[in-house]
Amino acid sequence: MMEICIYGRGGQGGVTLAELVAHAAIREGKHAQSMPAFGPERRGAPVLAFLRVNETERIKIRTEIAEPDVLVVLDPGLLQVGDVVSGLKKDGIAVVNTKKSHDEMKAEIGAGRLATVNAMSIAKGILGLPIVNTAMLGALIKATEIVKLESLEEPLKERFGKVATKNIEAMKKAYEETVVR
Amino acid sequence: MKKGKIVGLEGSFAIAEAVRMVNADVISAYPITPQTHIVERLAEMIADGELDAEFICVESEHSAMSACVGASAAGARVFTCSAGQGLELMHEVLYIPSSMRLPVVAVAANRALSGPLSVWCDHSDVMALRDIGWIQMFAENNQQAFDLTICAFRIAEDKEVLFPAMVHIDGFYLSHVIEDMVLPDDEVVADFIPEYEYPFALDPERPVSMGCYGPPFIYSEAKKAQEVAFESTKPKILETWEEFGDTFGRYYAPVESYKMEDASIALLTMGSIGETAMLAVDEMREEGKGVGLIRLRLWRPFPFTELREAVKDVELLVVLDRALSSGMGGPVCSEVKSALYDKREDMRIVGFIGGLGGRDITIEGFKYMVNRALEYPEIEEEFEIIGVRE
Repeated sequence: MMEICIYGRGGQGGVTLAELVAHAAIREGKHAQSMPAFGPERRGAPVLAFLRVNETERIKIRTEIAEPDVLVVLDPGLLQVGDVVSGLKKDGIAVVNTKKSHDEMKAEIGAGRLATVNAMSIAKGILGLPIVNTAMLGALIKATEIVKLESLEEPLKERFGKVATKNIEAMKKAYEETVVR
Repeated sequence: MKKGKIVGLEGSFAIAEAVRMVNADVISAYPITPQTHIVERLAEMIADGELDAEFICVESEHSAMSACVGASAAGARVFTCSAGQGLELMHEVLYIPSSMRLPVVAVAANRALSGPLSVWCDHSDVMALRDIGWIQMFAENNQQAFDLTICAFRIAEDKEVLFPAMVHIDGFYLSHVIEDMVLPDDEVVADFIPEYEYPFALDPERPVSMGCYGPPFIYSEAKKAQEVAFESTKPKILETWEEFGDTFGRYYAPVESYKMEDASIALLTMGSIGETAMLAVDEMREEGKGVGLIRLRLWRPFPFTELREAVKDVELLVVLDRALSSGMGGPVCSEVKSALYDKREDMRIVGFIGGLGGRDITIEGFKYMVNRALEYPEIEEEFEIIGVRE
């Protein structure tokens, strides 16, 4: 089973990201569970979402994830204000939205596997909005192969309707640009 | 057996699907976290023509239940849902459909009560509803939330029942979780739910008074009659769950056991923590402890017989309450003790309170409870609140 924590701020779409991957995984015949950890809901406040995907077995556990295999960070500022990285498993991977270079980010968060992409620039360029979740979908898939890129297309269409095309484009561009080392 | 298709659905949406499939006539509800997605989805279904029902917008939960009472008396198939403070505001009206024998169906997205203000899950709201005279059951995952909502309509509306029924789902843990579940075809659900005809529906041609005064010369008789009728709903609940199982392949029981065959220690839980508790049981079994798990599926009418049967070989029963009755302890534990008092003098029952206001109960938490209970009777307190920072 792969356990993922998604750190973002209200309005960035972290909860939606978890839900979209859960839908895609279930469409692939896997078992999945997405679970938000809402604080008082407001735009800009730190928001945490959890995601579990299991290829073969029904997911029974229904608790927060303390030691994730994967960490998705939608707002790199959260790395400064909170203890985001410490729970990550030793062989886990952090997937971070950043405008810094891969090496700079690596030096900042320490050892371990890392995937970086400038999701903000992709989102602003394609969507015209600072909403990075769909770009980070591409980064997450590049880093983990948790689901196939194509499996996200239907869930994105269901969720976003007319603007799905641009979100799919953002996801694919981020998939191409993500650096994993 | 038609099994339906596997889908990813949020618990709230699964419930909305159930309400759509049983073709409810009237929905009246007021949105409150964490129940909101259920009402939003139902309102959307009605607006989009997916469900032909009347949505009565109200200004409070008190009015929501009042509207449900009126609509149910008129013979409509009625649904509502609420949570936490909303159920508290609805409280005085909740006794009306049960005493008037109106089969309203409701879902409660279980939430802590203020203060401090909390929108997160526990069973404080449920425990304030123990005496309302509704049939009440607990779901532990989204599949069960869907299944039990379907069953609630059929049970409540059965002419031999005619009591309101409430399905409890844990707020956020089910209401906001998307997971895989089986969604049956509309036709299969439609076949399972008979056409509804309330035998005493308001009719201008045959005027009657409903909800009359009960002066002292008749109140006791009315309550006795209500209680006798309520207790006799059990066979219909069992029959409905049996038929549901035969149709959909998933069977439910008032008390459900996990690895209890040779267990000398049993954990007892209600609601969404059940499956996490199973994992804890699995781990403790590997450590050589003879632990099993009992989940109360049916909360009202209380399953005395099934509980006594489930614990007959148990030496230590560890009860987890997700609510605190101030000055008393865990409400479930005290009910379990009362159900087993004078039946099992050789069994120790130890109560813990945890998971208040959205605090997680982990596998380690369950292990702690069992280990701590094994130390009993050295524990002096009547109960212990677990996982509290000092």
